[in-house]
Amino acid sequence: MTFEDWPCPRPGGGTGSELAVRFDRDRPRRLLVLPALFDEANRMRRLTIEVLRRLDAAGIDGVLPDLPGCNESLVPLEACGLDDWRAAASAAVERFRPSHVLAVRGGGLMVPPGLPGWLYGPVKGTTILRQMLRARVLSARESGREESLDALLATGLEEGIALAGHAFGPQMIADLQAATPPKGADLSEIEQDLIGGSPLWLRAEPDEDRAQADALAAVLAVGMLA
Amino acid sequence: MTTKTDRTLRRILTDVLGLKPGQVDAFTAETGLFGHLPELDSMAVAALLTEMEDRLEIQIDEDEIDGELFETYGSLLAFAEAKREDA
Repeated sequence: MTFEDWPCPRPGGGTGSELAVRFDRDRPRRLLVLPALFDEANRMRRLTIEVLRRLDAAGIDGVLPDLPGCNESLVPLEACGLDDWRAAASAAVERFRPSHVLAVRGGGLMVPPGLPGWLYGPVKGTTILRQMLRARVLSARESGREESLDALLATGLEEGIALAGHAFGPQMIADLQAATPPKGADLSEIEQDLIGGSPLWLRAEPDEDRAQADALAAVLAVGMLA
Repeated sequence: MTTKTDRTLRRILTDVLGLKPGQVDAFTAETGLFGHLPELDSMAVAALLTEMEDRLEIQIDEDEIDGELFETYGSLLAFAEAKREDA
């Protein structure tokens, strides 16, 4: 496993530098992973890396790039919209020349066209947004304040909003409301029943599950080595 | 009597709370949820509601959510069953 800074388009123009985790020995089969978003990113990161380790052992390269505004990025999340992440994903394709893509959860909202691959637990942008809005309404209520989901959404669309500890700009809120995972003959959906156990993105705390990592890696390896 | 809603709701609780397989089978109508299960914070409640909407094909309004809803497994199930009938 190596860490690399890679040149990634910055929101608003220019090129910045983002982190990528790589398992790269220049092998013909190469997987680009588009990570889960926001809170789910933390909950899914360990499983994601564990899957890449297993694929590495099976002779498959893997790369997990940071998106601007996420993980170790120096770009403020507030400045980012989904198009910035789509541009980042396309730049990652140019840089790392993957043969396949795996999008985890919200990562499916920025899958670059033309690559075969998988969507693991794909989710609509509006579902992600609604859950974060709802968590904010509930936690406000616990501290004795009433907030309404519609009013929060309106604020978010107008001036941006902080949800679940993330500062979102109005563009991202609007983008999430509209975005749906892509449908394509080359993209297969991986359902949780195939992996077994409970989806780790639902857990209140980040967790790991070796059996799930084994199962997900097996699905990918079988598909890529076929 | 176990209904489809009951089974689905138990599966959702297992997923969201990260319960061990079989643990949820011991839940009765009187099993306490909110306050009794330390895992159920506001983020987990939001996830739980979203999954309920998704898998039970219902719509839940924020106004319908209060402490009583999560008091016991029975109260949450009754809410879900009523929602399913409306749907």
